[in-house]
Amino acid sequence: MNTLNPVQLLPESRRGLLLGVRGWSVVIGALAVVAVLIPLLNLAVPAGNPLHFGDYGVALVAKIMCYAMCALAMDLVWGYTGILSLGHGLYFALGGYAMGMYLMRQIGHDGNYRSDLPDFMVFLDWKTLPWTWSGSASFACQMLLVVAVPGALAAVFGWFAFRSRIKGVYFSIITQALTFAGMLLFFRNETGFGGNNGFTDFKRILGVPLALPSTRMVLFVLTGLMLIAFYLLARAIVNSKYGRVLQAIRDAESRVMFTGYDPLRYKLSIWVLSAVMCGIAGALYVPQVGIINPSEMSPAASIEMAIWAAVGGRGTLVGPIVGAFFVNGAKSWFTQAFPEFWLYFLGALFIAVTLFLPHGIMGIANRLKREKGVEVKA
Amino acid sequence: MHSVMATLRLALAIFLASALAPAWALDAAQARAIAVGEGDARIAALQAAVTRGDPGLAAFAQALLDDAVKTTATGVFIVRDDKAVDAITGQPVKLPDDAEDVSNNNRLRGALQAALSGLRLLSPDLPTRRAAVDDLAKGDADPALLPVIDKAIGREADATLKSRLERLKAAVQIAAPERTLRLQAIQQLSSSGEPTVRALLQARLAPDAETDPELRAALGHAVAQVDARLAWGERLGVLFTGASLGSILLLVALGLAITYGLMGVINMAHGELMMIGAYTTWGVQNLFRHFAPGLFDAYIVLAIPASFIVSAAVGAVLERGIIRFLYGRPLETLLATWGISLVLMQGVRSLFGAQNVEVENPSWMSGGIAVASNLTLPWNRLAIIAFAALVLLATWLLVNRTRLGLFVRGVTQNRRMASCTGINTTRIDTLAFALGAGIAGLAGCALSQVGNVGPDLGQSYIVDSFMVVVLGGVGQLAGTVLAALGLGLMNKMLEGLAGAVLAKIFVLVFIVVFIQKRPQGLFALKGRSAES
Repeated sequence: MNTLNPVQLLPESRRGLLLGVRGWSVVIGALAVVAVLIPLLNLAVPAGNPLHFGDYGVALVAKIMCYAMCALAMDLVWGYTGILSLGHGLYFALGGYAMGMYLMRQIGHDGNYRSDLPDFMVFLDWKTLPWTWSGSASFACQMLLVVAVPGALAAVFGWFAFRSRIKGVYFSIITQALTFAGMLLFFRNETGFGGNNGFTDFKRILGVPLALPSTRMVLFVLTGLMLIAFYLLARAIVNSKYGRVLQAIRDAESRVMFTGYDPLRYKLSIWVLSAVMCGIAGALYVPQVGIINPSEMSPAASIEMAIWAAVGGRGTLVGPIVGAFFVNGAKSWFTQAFPEFWLYFLGALFIAVTLFLPHGIMGIANRLKREKGVEVKA
Repeated sequence: MHSVMATLRLALAIFLASALAPAWALDAAQARAIAVGEGDARIAALQAAVTRGDPGLAAFAQALLDDAVKTTATGVFIVRDDKAVDAITGQPVKLPDDAEDVSNNNRLRGALQAALSGLRLLSPDLPTRRAAVDDLAKGDADPALLPVIDKAIGREADATLKSRLERLKAAVQIAAPERTLRLQAIQQLSSSGEPTVRALLQARLAPDAETDPELRAALGHAVAQVDARLAWGERLGVLFTGASLGSILLLVALGLAITYGLMGVINMAHGELMMIGAYTTWGVQNLFRHFAPGLFDAYIVLAIPASFIVSAAVGAVLERGIIRFLYGRPLETLLATWGISLVLMQGVRSLFGAQNVEVENPSWMSGGIAVASNLTLPWNRLAIIAFAALVLLATWLLVNRTRLGLFVRGVTQNRRMASCTGINTTRIDTLAFALGAGIAGLAGCALSQVGNVGPDLGQSYIVDSFMVVVLGGVGQLAGTVLAALGLGLMNKMLEGLAGAVLAKIFVLVFIVVFIQKRPQGLFALKGRSAES
């Protein structure tokens, strides 16, 4: 059905090393930029200097790197396995909420009401923490939840859906319904996660104030490292035999079944992994952006994730990262310069990419490379 | 403003006078007794006159309420618009110079009001009596009216009105000092089905109201009986709101059933096509308001075809321009139509502003029929249920009984074979998509009559409508109908138990579980076309 990127065999020599020489040099370059260059330009270079990398830029790049993780996660299930999820925002938000609960408890007595309980609970006249918050004082416990909650939900939902072989558009619509239901649930005050205001006004993490430039930079570097780690993990998966089976499922699921593989196990495992990646991205997003609310679960937010992957190029791993940077960079520029035109641009992007650029930006890059190659030979 | 009120009062006075023919049969002594003297004596005279049922009293009492009565030592006059008439004979007279104003305190005004309602109970005109009973049933009944009510019961020929009058009497007597009267009243009231009666009985159950233990037991029993009757109204109400929601979902999902069910196109912009239909209705309404205000109530007649045509035209353009390049790639279609929906939404925002626009119902659609005391079916909801049924019928006829429908079904089942037999398949695609879009426009027109019309109108229905299609299965209208009504009813029933948000979540979870058992929906296509 979908033969955008037929399975290609890599040369034997490359497999053990994941990437070629150029690939590794790009990864090392990226490492140098996020872990050394940007921290230096932000912290060591004074604010007036033209080389100074401002706090706004740091926050924006950090946010987009979180989105890029989601795009990468989308690409693993959509670009490589052929399952289009319109509900990954749910897993992103769940990870974010798990982190947000910890950050709310870290506010301690410094809230508006000077209470042990988070402000919104005082406002609702609650006397004790609900059971869902029992581990929220412990960083380790909440970090476990960041992984466990999206993972468990994805496992249960995926097991039911894949077992009864719901696929294609049906599956996409059901995932959309699931995130919609999640949004409605989190909008309720009674659910115990701050209702439509969500969590905000965070003060510190692990006892360190969040407003400190150094804290922000540590989070930024962590996000960058996590993104690069996810990229390498995805590369390893895609190059492995397991990854080949995933692509085979994408191209012809029935044939994979007839040759003796059980697609359920493959689809379910990549689905859960992708949800966990989104959860971790959400957990890194919340302390840096400073707010989490149910709008992250809206169907529109999830469907935007699909467009990041599609714009960059599905079925490539660099593509989704490039796409996330391109779309979100454009978004932050448009919403400042021409707020009315952002939705026109985004809508046109959806249409143009599906009509004219099935391979996304990476498709253009590859075509240019190929044309140059032909010229050189000629 | 003041003159309007005066005209109204005059009209009322004339009406009352004509309704109580022969008019002016109050004699001079009685009129003077009501108009002049100590407050208590005047009230007693008024009530005596009411009980006698003196004709002409209504007009006189109304004139007193309007401060239009003047008296001299011998005569009583009604003065309106500087023209005086003799209150007894009704003949125009010249107002004597020594005529004095009559002043009424609040207690007297209250007594006059009660007397007027009481008098209307004795009117020969059935609707007037009914309105009077409605008025009296709303407020606290006045024990002073008991003689009038008794008299009205004696005269009343209409059985339902008579029983309502008896309940009215009971509502007065429930606080009577005599135990037997109270017991009678309780028994009488237990046959009621009105929320006000329930409140009255409940109030008597307060610790300091009714002390007799036997009567308290009777009261409790009566409340239970009234509750049982009210519960029926509530149950019917849930069924009705469920059917109403179901009919809206059906309208929304019918268009999807064509574009998705028959053509396999996931149209995420379906909601925005509805929004375009709603805005067209708004535009037609404005045109009527501006150019033909007299025909305003008929604007809907033009708005229905207009919303169909505009949405269908937009749909046809979308199909020609974008969607036809994406046939056979459902996931890409989904993303592209999502993009279309963003552009359409922002376009409407740029053209008409981000605020909701106001669509006014035609006047015949406001109000409703009262089925039970606690259940009124609004006309606009009833109209939408009927409209949904008509659109369903038309769609069914079109798909199953026309040449176009035959072609659409043929192309759906086997595109290449249909093409071989000479069907222009691309043209059929465009027409079918335009049809689905046009039905979305009709849905938008219907929605504009019950909800807000704004750029986000479509967004709130898109998830629900896809659920209907998923649940109903593709390719069959029967599945869509059953799924829409089922989801509507289920939603409203759960709403009563668990609240709106939890109900919606339960429904979504139910669908996810249901799809496990029947991945193809309620009505799955069988045979070769099922696996394509």
